[in-house]
Amino acid sequence: MSNVDISAAVVSPPPAEPATAPARPAVGLAAALGHARYVATSNPVTGFAFALFFLIVLAAILGPAIAPYDPYASDTSAALAPPSMAHWFGTDQVGRDIFSRVLVATRLDLIIAVASVALVFALGGFAGICAGFFGGWTDRIMSRISDTIMAFPLFVLAMGIVAALGNTVTNIVIATAIVNFPLYQRIARAEANIRREAGFVQAARLTGNSEMRILLTQILPNIMPIMAVQMSLTMGYAILNAAGLSFIGLGVKPPTPEWGIMVAEGAGFIISGEWWIALFPGLALMIAVFCFNLLGDGLRDIIDPQRRT
Amino acid sequence: MSALLDVKGLTVEFATRRGTVQAVKRIDLEVARGETVGVVGESGSGKSVTSYAVMRILDRAGRIADGSVAFSGLDLTAASERQMTDLRGREISMIFQNPRMALNPIRKVGRQIEDVLRRHAQAGSMDARAKAIEMLSQVKIARPEERYHAYPFELSGGMCQRIVIALALACRPQLLIADEPTTGLDVTTQKAVMDLVSELTRARGMSTILITHDLGLAAAYCDKVVVMKKGEVVETAAAREVFAAPKDDYTRRLMRATPRPGSTLRGLLPPEIAAAPNPPATVTGEVLLKVENLVKEYPRQGVSKSWAQMFGRGPAAEPETPFRAVDGISFEIRRGESLGLVGESGCGKSTTSMMVMRLTDPTSGAITLGGDDIGAIPARSFAASKHRRRIQMVFQDPTDSLNPRFTAVRAIADPLMRMGSLKGRDALRARCEELATLVGLPLDLLDRFPHQLSGGQKARVGIARAIALDPELVILDEPTAALDVSVQAVVLNLLDDLKAKLGMSYLFVSHDLHVVRLLCDRVIVMRQGRIVEEGTSEKVLEAPDAAYTRELIAAIPHPPV
Repeated sequence: MSNVDISAAVVSPPPAEPATAPARPAVGLAAALGHARYVATSNPVTGFAFALFFLIVLAAILGPAIAPYDPYASDTSAALAPPSMAHWFGTDQVGRDIFSRVLVATRLDLIIAVASVALVFALGGFAGICAGFFGGWTDRIMSRISDTIMAFPLFVLAMGIVAALGNTVTNIVIATAIVNFPLYQRIARAEANIRREAGFVQAARLTGNSEMRILLTQILPNIMPIMAVQMSLTMGYAILNAAGLSFIGLGVKPPTPEWGIMVAEGAGFIISGEWWIALFPGLALMIAVFCFNLLGDGLRDIIDPQRRT
Repeated sequence: MSALLDVKGLTVEFATRRGTVQAVKRIDLEVARGETVGVVGESGSGKSVTSYAVMRILDRAGRIADGSVAFSGLDLTAASERQMTDLRGREISMIFQNPRMALNPIRKVGRQIEDVLRRHAQAGSMDARAKAIEMLSQVKIARPEERYHAYPFELSGGMCQRIVIALALACRPQLLIADEPTTGLDVTTQKAVMDLVSELTRARGMSTILITHDLGLAAAYCDKVVVMKKGEVVETAAAREVFAAPKDDYTRRLMRATPRPGSTLRGLLPPEIAAAPNPPATVTGEVLLKVENLVKEYPRQGVSKSWAQMFGRGPAAEPETPFRAVDGISFEIRRGESLGLVGESGCGKSTTSMMVMRLTDPTSGAITLGGDDIGAIPARSFAASKHRRRIQMVFQDPTDSLNPRFTAVRAIADPLMRMGSLKGRDALRARCEELATLVGLPLDLLDRFPHQLSGGQKARVGIARAIALDPELVILDEPTAALDVSVQAVVLNLLDDLKAKLGMSYLFVSHDLHVVRLLCDRVIVMRQGRIVEEGTSEKVLEAPDAAYTRELIAAIPHPPV
């Protein structure tokens, strides 16, 4: 690694550069994109996950605009129609087009997932960094909060929270965030803890940084990549959790298109042979979770310094 | 007699993002029976990769592209994985750099030796234990029956390395590959470990390959030396010849750069860039730093009270004597002076520097900087103190001490932004460029991140950051320990030049007396928290009073003058 840089000798100062500093080398965005491309091409699965992710985001943004039918419009004459050219995913018991409903539901499910992950990242991540960096009582209190949450079966806890706070999307987001809190708190704590006495942190103390500033400028940026991987992995879980809550009747109310409710509504019809009502929203759910998990693996490859040769 | 190991035209390739890289290029290496061969080179010279290729333990990305490796007639490049598994440990074994990493932390060391013996059917269930204890006593571990039950964490670094040696030699292999076996150990421990290795291998008629960056170590223990540079062998000769009359230019440069008795700071540099030495610093009589009766105590750990004591029923526990890392030391540094603080690991030198640095609070004692009692300001609030900018530090590991997410210019600007009076982007940038020029860092590297810089360049960034606010005292905590010798030579010269130019004082913390002598006017030798010797560098090195100092000096291997 260390080149023998005798040529840049101390004794003879290096030639003075022109006064105007050269344009910043491509170390930022361009390099990151280049690296992302390298990972995507060296591991096709990651490339596939990224493509899928863009597709999901596209569906969330454009869903209502490109849906062939109104997701709420019922057409009793075409109720329980199997998949056909007119209705790709078939129709449900009141004749609503399932394809349109699955497409439109993407936005709501994604919003719930993103909001809850953002919330838990802010709360759990910050609590964890503080616990790991300051130690002592901060650590004890934060870690015991995590332990308390983990003492409950997580889904039951989420059910309890939504039931107590009321059946709204906001409360689903809050419940999902609380359930994931210990995960984020512990990862952030561990990562902050190993960097607490790192050389660059000591150096920052010497240059007059306050402890809080060290936390924000030195520790936080260094644990962001690990947190990003965690966020991607939790995103899948958050979607599943939201859908699970809706499935058992908590959270989003019918007739709002939402994957969990749609699976719940279709579940009763599977026995009588109308499999498409539950299958397609379930499939959408599966693909989304699958995509975020693969994405997490891919992100880990991108940030793993071992792979950065 | 044919050679035990005969490497011919070995080429090792690694697949990386930027295509394949040849880490080792067509090298030849011959090891005769009973011979000790030193493979010497700086980091990136391919010396470790060569040994991994011989053992066939290259990681996934690496492969042997060309050449042959013959081990007593058997071609190892063509051997099956099964054959290799049998050979490793029984015929060829290896000692790694970090002994703690090489041992299983949750298994008793005696058991680990047994595992090797059993794996290669050298012992059965009946005699494994006896043989393991026998091995422990052979590597000179006192009370082997007791230590058989020890876990690695209960043993010191030197002891762990002895266990690793016992593991490597348990099956009486014919070839031992030692990859930097003593890096990270103290000099006296290094001497003990190396003496042990050479004694055991000689007694068994084994061959050894000693991979090291330390020319002195190679000179002291090897029959033949192979000098490597960037994947190629530049010189192969008998050890005595290499050091008496190095033929290759690179070998000569390495020889020059290795500090030894009699070398001068400028003498370390290649002749074409060596300049006149700095005028001796003007050491005024004024005392800058005064440390009096400094003590740091740590509570002893691992001593648990009995239940009865905990509930206050049993006999009152004797008041525990806390562990004294620093045991009442006093010293002074005058303005413009540089003081060396030398000692082995655990002697309290780092604790002392952390207290002077005001990152740790002393248990008792006073620290005065130019008349201001800085010891009285708690370490927690010292970052906000106006004295913070007066003492700065250059850290041991240039990689660890730079935030991987900060560019070089951001790292240098950090003290200026927090404590400086400069305002505005352009003023900051200009000051950073000025500092970079001062430390010899090319300006186009300023916008790079640490992982895009070499070790020497990172060291320069660390130094620039430390001197950014014109501190009065700079603590150098083994600033060159992680660097190659040729880079170390340049950095030491840089530090000396800066001192002459900026009139700072240095407190140089190191374990290497020869390096300290080059840069320091006075030296303090510490042991077990106390000062055992103090005096001018010449006096301490030429005519030491304390027996410990003599032992320390004698343990440093160096190439013959």
